[in-house]
Amino acid sequence: MTGWLQVGLLVLALGLAHKPLGDWMARVFTAEKHWRVEKLAYRVVGVDADAEQRWPTYLRSVLAFSLVGVLLLYSLQRLQALLPLGNGMPGVEPSSAWNTAVSFVTNTNWQGYAGESTMGHLVQMAGLAVQNFVSAAVGLAVLVALVRGFLRRGTDRLGNAWVDITRAVVRLLLPLAVVATVVMVLGGVVQNLSAGTDVTTLAGGSQFVPGGPVASQEAIKELGTNGGGFFNANSAHPFEGPTAWVSLFQVFLMLLIPFSLPRTFGRMVGDRKQGLAILGVMGLLAAVSVSLISTFQAGALPEGQEVRFGGPLSSLFAAATTLTSTGAVNSMHDSYTPLGGMVTLFNMMLGEVAPGGVGSGLYGMLVLAVVAVFVAGLMVGRTPEYLGKKLGRREMTLASLYILTTPAIVLVGTAVAVAVPAGQAGMLNSGPHGLSEVLYAFTSAGNNNGSAFAGLSANTPFWNTALGLAMLLGRFVPIVLVLALAGRLAAQGKVPVTAGTLPTHRPLFAGLLTAVVLVVVGLTYFPVLALGPLAEGLS
Amino acid sequence: MTAVLDRTPAPEQTRPTIEWGPALAGAVRKLDPRGLVRQPVVFTVWVGSVFSTVLAVLEPTVFGWAIAVWLWLTVLFANVAESVAEGRGKAQAASLRRAKTTAVAITEDGREVAAADLRPGDRVVVVAGQQIPGDGDVVAGIASVDESAITGESAPVIRESGGDRCAVTGGTTVLSDRIVVQITSKPGETFVDRMIALVEGAARQKTPNETALNILLSSLTIVFLLAVVTLQPVAVYAGAGQSMTVLIALVVCLIPTTIGALLSAIGIAGMDRLVQRNVLAMSGRAVEAAGDVGTLLLDKTGTITLGNRQAARFVPVGSASDDEVARAAVLASLADETPEGRSVVVLGGGAVDRPAGAEFVEFTAQTRMSGVDLPGGRQLRKGAAGAVQAWVRGLEGSVDPSVGTVVADISTAGGTPLVLAENGPDGARVLGVIELKDVVKPGMRERFDELRRMGIRTVMITGDNEATARAIAAEAGVDDVLAEATPEDKLALIAREQEGGRLVAMTGDGTNDAPALAQADVGVAMNTGTSAAKEAGNMVDLDSDPTKLIEIVAIGKQLLITRGSLTTFSIANDLAKYFAILPAMFAPVFPGLDTLNVMRLHSPESAILSAVVFNALIIVALVPLALRGVRYRPGTASALLSRNLLVYGVGGVVLPFVGIKAIDLLVSLIPGIS
Repeated sequence: MTGWLQVGLLVLALGLAHKPLGDWMARVFTAEKHWRVEKLAYRVVGVDADAEQRWPTYLRSVLAFSLVGVLLLYSLQRLQALLPLGNGMPGVEPSSAWNTAVSFVTNTNWQGYAGESTMGHLVQMAGLAVQNFVSAAVGLAVLVALVRGFLRRGTDRLGNAWVDITRAVVRLLLPLAVVATVVMVLGGVVQNLSAGTDVTTLAGGSQFVPGGPVASQEAIKELGTNGGGFFNANSAHPFEGPTAWVSLFQVFLMLLIPFSLPRTFGRMVGDRKQGLAILGVMGLLAAVSVSLISTFQAGALPEGQEVRFGGPLSSLFAAATTLTSTGAVNSMHDSYTPLGGMVTLFNMMLGEVAPGGVGSGLYGMLVLAVVAVFVAGLMVGRTPEYLGKKLGRREMTLASLYILTTPAIVLVGTAVAVAVPAGQAGMLNSGPHGLSEVLYAFTSAGNNNGSAFAGLSANTPFWNTALGLAMLLGRFVPIVLVLALAGRLAAQGKVPVTAGTLPTHRPLFAGLLTAVVLVVVGLTYFPVLALGPLAEGLS
Repeated sequence: MTAVLDRTPAPEQTRPTIEWGPALAGAVRKLDPRGLVRQPVVFTVWVGSVFSTVLAVLEPTVFGWAIAVWLWLTVLFANVAESVAEGRGKAQAASLRRAKTTAVAITEDGREVAAADLRPGDRVVVVAGQQIPGDGDVVAGIASVDESAITGESAPVIRESGGDRCAVTGGTTVLSDRIVVQITSKPGETFVDRMIALVEGAARQKTPNETALNILLSSLTIVFLLAVVTLQPVAVYAGAGQSMTVLIALVVCLIPTTIGALLSAIGIAGMDRLVQRNVLAMSGRAVEAAGDVGTLLLDKTGTITLGNRQAARFVPVGSASDDEVARAAVLASLADETPEGRSVVVLGGGAVDRPAGAEFVEFTAQTRMSGVDLPGGRQLRKGAAGAVQAWVRGLEGSVDPSVGTVVADISTAGGTPLVLAENGPDGARVLGVIELKDVVKPGMRERFDELRRMGIRTVMITGDNEATARAIAAEAGVDDVLAEATPEDKLALIAREQEGGRLVAMTGDGTNDAPALAQADVGVAMNTGTSAAKEAGNMVDLDSDPTKLIEIVAIGKQLLITRGSLTTFSIANDLAKYFAILPAMFAPVFPGLDTLNVMRLHSPESAILSAVVFNALIIVALVPLALRGVRYRPGTASALLSRNLLVYGVGGVVLPFVGIKAIDLLVSLIPGIS
């Protein structure tokens, strides 16, 4: 009962925010004027904010920005012992620092380390939290470039990456994060600069109580679908998730931007129904996923669940965090029933599109829509076109490579890890469950989710390097393809809509798109799922 | 089905016989991997067949050999599909080759040269009974030419120098007179050469859309290849390592072999459907573009209306009665053998006997009227309004004041007024006005409604004035008109439509149509047209029937629909194959996975073999469908999509469950499999 109430509240809150936030985001990326603080930033960096970029330039900007992010974050971690606010922590070991730097820049936030015993406050605030903001902003920028590709005609310009990233941070993520921080502090999430206190407990024992800027980190962790916890236990830690309603609020924050973006998309392309169709697909997939996890988890042992708040909230959180590429957890997915755990795995395998990460979810969904339109478009007897853009050889090459990329990373990674001794060394479980854990790790990294099944001691050079590569490729190869696609689309003219045009805003198409998502993903991963969670769950 | 489809590629009407024998021979020749590389999906199966054969030789088992044989059959069936499609063009090519018999041509100055050596600009003389040695234009003379070798039409046509009937095609035969032809084609590139290449499929290149689909299919092939290749280490880790044969079988079942095998056959068959309708597409691109056409430019005369105007109404003026006018009109037209004249007789109640001693007056360009002088002095005249009224006034007769109004009204409404007058004992007077009208071909309105539902805009092109054009357009139900159209206007209209992103199709025959034909995305030149027009267009209609444009659009759409539907079908099939193969592979190690064996297949070996056999047989089963195209009914995109999704999507999911189960029941009887 409580479970249904929580879901109801969540849907209501998301529904209320959908319109105003979606419209606001559309304005953020279409407004002519720069804010004063933004102008200042452009001047400092030396960017001509009014110059529009071609797709290769846009891509170079995004990649350069991310590369600098990786280097900065890596240096901060390695040098934290020499810098202030280090809380006496030593410099982070190289393979872990590389893994973490890549992890946060790619919006994955896979954590091979334990936050409270590895990262000082400076790294947390100036390194990790900053990437929480800007990695989400990069996702938004790439999405906006793709939407402009659909929108524009006969041009090679896609907007300005620097402007899009800056605006995403200044006009969207910062204000929302401030509000969310205040709400969480009110809810009891810790926010201070204390290095931690040793206290004597009532029983006379001695305990170390950690402190730190948790609430501010927590806000953007969920809002930007990042998921990197301040503490190792993530949102299951009482200082990160003190009460049931704060936990539910965190679920809301994860879903907030991804579920509002379809509205932004509809607004920008000038047909809100197009956005609605996409929203419908995302909503349907998410609803099915929540129901399945809840069903498989009903009556499951409480081990690994967030027992303070009850099983349903654990299931809801688990669904939301894997559906959105967040990867924050308030319970341990590894302890779920095999089939319940399989759904969290499958959520990520969908390619993080329902609704997916900030920006990345929608651009992934739009690429899948391109594939769906191609097949469906042929079936109505025309060269397929989506939003007035013809899908020819080059467009299909890019879309095909996109849907090929993540499965390749996940499957090759998993196969290599279980085949080589260095990979097997990190596996604590054997049999189908051990396999599920490895599969989960690569699925999480390749799809930039960041959550983990436990049971893997992943803080080893092999795992840090392999998962780091998976995250890097899983983030940037698709970005290259999406921006190239955006460039192709923008260069085209626009085909007018006639009665012979495949309508892409009706339930029929939404259903078809859902089927394409499920079939493409299902067929790719069915064999390996059969050996992992299915073998475990059906025995 | 309404009129559009009575003549459109209603697939049932064109179910051709399939020559399986020669096709099989061709299919075996196509096993050469060098040719197969062009079809990535089939090539993957070929590689799998080689591997599984080697495995079967090294470790002979019934299962291993059965898989190897059926994989080879899968490749063979894919080749058969292509061979069958090509085979249908071969017969036509052979008859065309027979047309190319002339070896020697005689130049204007009397030299003999080999026909193969003729260059553009050379002039040759062709007399009655000789074959025209190459494509060209008549520069002197007039002749009747038998073009049946190319068009299949046995009635000879007139070809003369100058004007729009000067083009002759190499391989046709002059029946009378003597003409001088200036050659316009390069050796080996004549119209007949190109036709042969086209119908044989030798000139076939992948069309843009086919390439895009091929890329998607390749990508899916790679995904499934990866899924299976990476499965092995995982399976080994899980203690359920698989034999190479089983893995190959899994890959072949998962990759989209059905559509991969049929893709090129669908393309060839699409071109062939055009050839069957006597349309030659100079590029596959044009066929695809036909499916995308958003605007259709149609000439009024001959396409929308019958070629000639017809009498529609008699309007009596003054004291004349209806009956009187009708009788007079029939008498005045008895000798008028023009279609207009005959239609007047029909409207007036049919022919009557010619009164003895009547003298008929022929129409001339000077008098602009015709009629009859009856014995007894009565004279009847019909003709252009001005001419007849002048005749009456010249005889000091009376012209009723209403005549001017009636004539003006008819003109405004798009008709042609003919004034009818008599000069009798009571003097000369105007009896009435005959209204001639353009008659819209029956069923055109339904066709245009159909096109509108398909999202295609129709524009009528005519040299008539705006008012006339509008009236006919309204009657025929076209969306727009281009009146008093000059070639420049047409070109501008096409450019305007294309600016808005629409693809434009048109027909044309005259030299002045050439720029517009070239500009249009689908330009269908009439075979009777000039070589300039034929050169500019990307299709030639041998029947010279402008209405065929509508069929061409339908064929283009059907081609794409067939590809899309079979792709959907092919991918949907995979679900059942998984349910057959995965439990077979892993249930021995993880008994729980037997739950997935929903078809309750007999044994692991029979399950895998059944999936492979189904995968091969479905190709053969779909060859006829690929050749004739899936059923196409004009309608909105939504209606088409729902229907095709239901048939090929849902059907594609369900059918293999049934098929694999049925095959399993048979396969399980083979000793060594169970």
